[in-house]
This record gives sequence, structure tokens and C-alpha cells, in this order.
Amino acid sequence: MEEKEIHDELASIRNLMERSSKFISLSGLSGILAGLYALAGAAAAYFILYTGNSRITYHPRFYSLDYFLDSDVGHLVFIAGLVLAVSLVTGYVLTSRKAEKKGQSIWGTASRALLFNMAVPLISGGLLIFILLIRGHYGIVSPASLIFYGLALVAASNFTFIMVKYLGFCEIILGLVAACLPGYGLLFWAIGFGVLHIVYGSLMYLKYDR
Amino acid sequence: MKVPFEKLDKAFENRLRLQIMSVLMVNDRYDFNSLKELLDVTDGNLASHLKALEKEEYIVVHKSFLGRKPNTNYESTVKGKAAFKQHLDALEQLIKQQKTS
Repeated sequence: MEEKEIHDELASIRNLMERSSKFISLSGLSGILAGLYALAGAAAAYFILYTGNSRITYHPRFYSLDYFLDSDVGHLVFIAGLVLAVSLVTGYVLTSRKAEKKGQSIWGTASRALLFNMAVPLISGGLLIFILLIRGHYGIVSPASLIFYGLALVAASNFTFIMVKYLGFCEIILGLVAACLPGYGLLFWAIGFGVLHIVYGSLMYLKYDR
Repeated sequence: MKVPFEKLDKAFENRLRLQIMSVLMVNDRYDFNSLKELLDVTDGNLASHLKALEKEEYIVVHKSFLGRKPNTNYESTVKGKAAFKQHLDALEQLIKQQKTS
């Protein structure tokens, strides 16, 4: 066996080990865009909360769904949902494009493991936040969403780039700090979902996308 | 120059078998269709090499059903993992020897 042949063999083994166990098609650009959407969402939320006349302040009683949707909380939930939906669509489009380029299936063993591991903390956290929101504990939303999102990233990081794990730890720490400083929820939310995503997306883009 | 060719595992002489084994080193289990897609090979080719590895007792087969579709999963054995490691060590030594000679 020639030396070059052995090197090729080893390279192909390495490549297969990575491609079969890790989803390496996550797009950095979609991280940057998700961060920008989150910042825009936070700006809109700031506009609703701190300018104009607020319709609902503390501990409202929600008599009906219409009442809920017309309150500030309803508007914020709508904005958050919109940011989430647009980010997911962007992420899906860019990631599937990158997966195609890399020859990795977007619905393969690795991506399924990634999604499943993310879904457990995300869904339980999402439901918890929703329940607390209904009961009027608005202060919990920002720290809890950051912490559960961070946990989801750490759980998923075994199946993709190691950088996702560091992003997860940053989100958890930020969430805990936010829990210590009530009243600054929106600011921390903007940092966690906006700034951190832009930083992470840029690093990913520079390292893996080009 | 003495090359430890005898240390290279005969079962891994075929490249596809080595590739299958590397996938099963890092994944607890891997199913037939995913392997096929990942390695971009035909059914028959993949099946015959899986059979060969199974005969060497390097992998074990788990058969089950997903609804009505058969689902075949493969898992590497302790023996298979050891053989794979030894094979890689031998390759490494080959490289080293060729560098010094």
C-alpha cells in the first residue's frame, strides 16, 4: 500500500465517522439572520411596552382569548411566535441548501438525533413558560426561555459542532443572570437570542460555511 | 524494510467494510437504509459485505419491524471494535515506517 493510499483511507474513515454521527450542515448564516430577527422583535416589544399607553400592566385576569390577544402580553407572544417561525423557516432553507452541498441528508440519523435531543428541553420549557404566562408570572419568561434554550443546545451539541455547546452554556448563564435582575428581561432576551446568535453565526460562518 | 502487513486485518481489505466499521464505531446502531444512503452503494453490495463482517463476528444484526416494514440495525461487537483499532494502528505504523525508510 502506498502512503498516499493509506492517507486517503484514513481521511475517508474520519469523514465517515463525522458525517454519520454529527449533523455538520447547520448553517452559520441562518444563525446571524435569526439574531437579527430577534433584535427586530425585541425592538418591537420595547416599542409596545415602553412607549404609548400600555393597556395591561400587572396581573390581569384573562376573561377571554380575545382579551388576551388584545393585551400587551398577547402582542408580545405574537411577536415572539413570528420571530420563531421566520427563524425556523430561514434555518431550514439555508441548512437544507448546505446539506445538499455537503451530500448529507437533512432527514438522516444525525439530524433526527439532533432534533429529538433538542425537542425534549424545548417542549417542556415552552409548556412551562406558557403555563406561567397564563398565570401572570411574566418575569419568568425571559430567564426561563434562555435557560431552556441553552439546555436544548447543550443536549443537541453531541450531534453537531462543538460550538453549539458553548452557545448553550452562554444562554444558560445569561438566563440565570436575568433571573437575578428582574425588570431587565427584554434586555437579556435581546442579548441571548439576538447578540449571541449573531456572534455564534458569524463564528460558524467564518469557520465552516466558506 | 519490514512492513507489518500481517497485522492488517484481512476482513478490512475491502474499503467498504472498513467504512461500514468506522460508521459503527461512532454510532451505537445504524440501520441498513441509512448506511446505504451514507455510503452510496447498492443493496446487494452492502448486504454481502455486512454478511462478511457478521461472519467474522465483528458486527451483530438486530431485526425488527417498523409498522409493517422490516428494519435492520447493525451494531459493532467488542471483537469488531478491537479489530478495527488494531487495523488502524497497523496503518499508522505503515505510515511511520515509510517516513523513516
